[in-house]
Amino acid sequence: MNFETVVGLEVHVELKTESKIMSPAHAHFGAEPNMNIHVIDLAYPGVLPVMNELAVDFGMKAAMALNCEIAPITNFDRKHYFYPDNPKAYQISQDDRPIGANGWVEIEVDGKKKKIRIERVHLEEDAGKLTHSDEGHSLVDLNRQGVPLIEIVTEADVRSPEEAYAFLEKLKAIIQYTGVSDVRMEEGSLRCDANISIRPFGQEEFGTKTELKNLNSFNFVRRGIAYEVDRQVDVLLSGGKIEQQTRRYDEATGKTLLMRVKGPANDYRFIPEPDLTDIHIDEEWIARVRAEIPELPDARKERYINDLDLPAYDAMVLTLTKDMSDFFEATVTAGADAKLASNWLMGEVSAYLNAESKELDATALTPEGLASMIKLITDGTISSKIAKKVFKELIDNGGDAADIVKEKGLVQISDEGTLRTIVTEILDANEQSIEDYKNGKERAVGFLVGQIMKATKGQANPPLVNKILLEEIGKR
Amino acid sequence: MTQLTIDEVKRHAGLARIAMTDAEAGMFAEQLEDMIGFSNKLQEVDTEQIAPMTHPLPLYNVLRKDIATDALDREKMLKSVKDHEDGQIKVPTIL
Repeated sequence: MNFETVVGLEVHVELKTESKIMSPAHAHFGAEPNMNIHVIDLAYPGVLPVMNELAVDFGMKAAMALNCEIAPITNFDRKHYFYPDNPKAYQISQDDRPIGANGWVEIEVDGKKKKIRIERVHLEEDAGKLTHSDEGHSLVDLNRQGVPLIEIVTEADVRSPEEAYAFLEKLKAIIQYTGVSDVRMEEGSLRCDANISIRPFGQEEFGTKTELKNLNSFNFVRRGIAYEVDRQVDVLLSGGKIEQQTRRYDEATGKTLLMRVKGPANDYRFIPEPDLTDIHIDEEWIARVRAEIPELPDARKERYINDLDLPAYDAMVLTLTKDMSDFFEATVTAGADAKLASNWLMGEVSAYLNAESKELDATALTPEGLASMIKLITDGTISSKIAKKVFKELIDNGGDAADIVKEKGLVQISDEGTLRTIVTEILDANEQSIEDYKNGKERAVGFLVGQIMKATKGQANPPLVNKILLEEIGKR
Repeated sequence: MTQLTIDEVKRHAGLARIAMTDAEAGMFAEQLEDMIGFSNKLQEVDTEQIAPMTHPLPLYNVLRKDIATDALDREKMLKSVKDHEDGQIKVPTIL
């Protein structure tokens, strides 16, 4: 029997506010344990939470960028659970009136476009962080407690691991463009759970789902879903039944492991949060936040294709992150040819960033620097080969390409007279190669070009060298 | 009106992590039924034309600016916990 994969995703995104969602403690990542804590977040007796206006703005902004409707009236609820990461024994969240609902994100997999519907986007507070030891105890750091979060819940529209991957990449890009979050999975500012089920093709009713946690990269999401689908198929084909479980992805083995069986005991006893007021969002507020949303990746992609004549693939790659896209635009604004700028960013620059595990802004390369180099390539001052040397200097130490070329004497030799002298010298010293070439060994030319390049430290203009070389061989 | 069973009372007590004997659950079942009966009177009111209310006070949009001002001193906080290590609260592992 053939089964259809049905996946819904829940994505948590930490909002990049200065202070926490309900308290004036700092919200930034990376502080010493328990230094960003506040009596409000720790539920000391008598405290009163007050909602952070920017967190509401950010929640709205993200929801709008995901094409959601914004609730005219929204409120907060208490979700009760007992765990050491949660000192109040409830999390302030949103139950039946989320700030945003009914949105969508368009993805493209294998050239096919598809909309993944967003069921809801709601605001809530993050919980603390637990570090488990082997000796039967855990350490609790409450810095993260109270950091503003949005939870983004999709409809069960995802039909393959690849679609899940494409959705997350797109979602990450959109949120990153809005500037409401760093969306760094490695710092926990973007986290994803997947609800996975299968059903025979043609069946409308959903199968029993399992919830998959501990997915620490988009690749693990893809692999985790693929593994879980295979597992469920095996269970069903061997006559078993899928049990409603929470499972975790094990990075070492690529398998999913049982965490707990979900039972009726899982009752969060939601009640409206009496310590916070309702929030009324009028058209004016919506308009103000909407005006702050910058051009989003899809719009940029279209513009690169239509206005800058970039191939669709280039446009897609360049707009994956806002950093790269902004850098590209600044490079073009600084006078670089768009396609060359794209080639260098997708090629040498990306290779460098991957090899060094660096972000673009951690290098010395500036858009002006890259543009200065591309301009020298375009006007023939340097060859692509020399450019690689200049590039290394630009990305390591910064500066302007023209200065580097001058300082290091890297200007391309395009003077015919100079080149002809060098070619003649090389030919005089390699008569056997001329003989070989005349006897039909085409490769001999390559050898001679190599000698000329060596003699000029790679600075000879390659097309000109070829032309002069063939002319001079012809004369002999 | 529905009759609250001792099991139901004990289930809710369990969700709230409140220990309870059967005798106590029986007593609370009666008391809770009185309370539910009282609030059930509200069900008789026609609320068709009334907007849902989540708060007794006619307040909305009580918001603060995003400014980080103060924090709770870690050492003070750690004085109120049973055990700690390296600036973190030490608790039994619960998975």
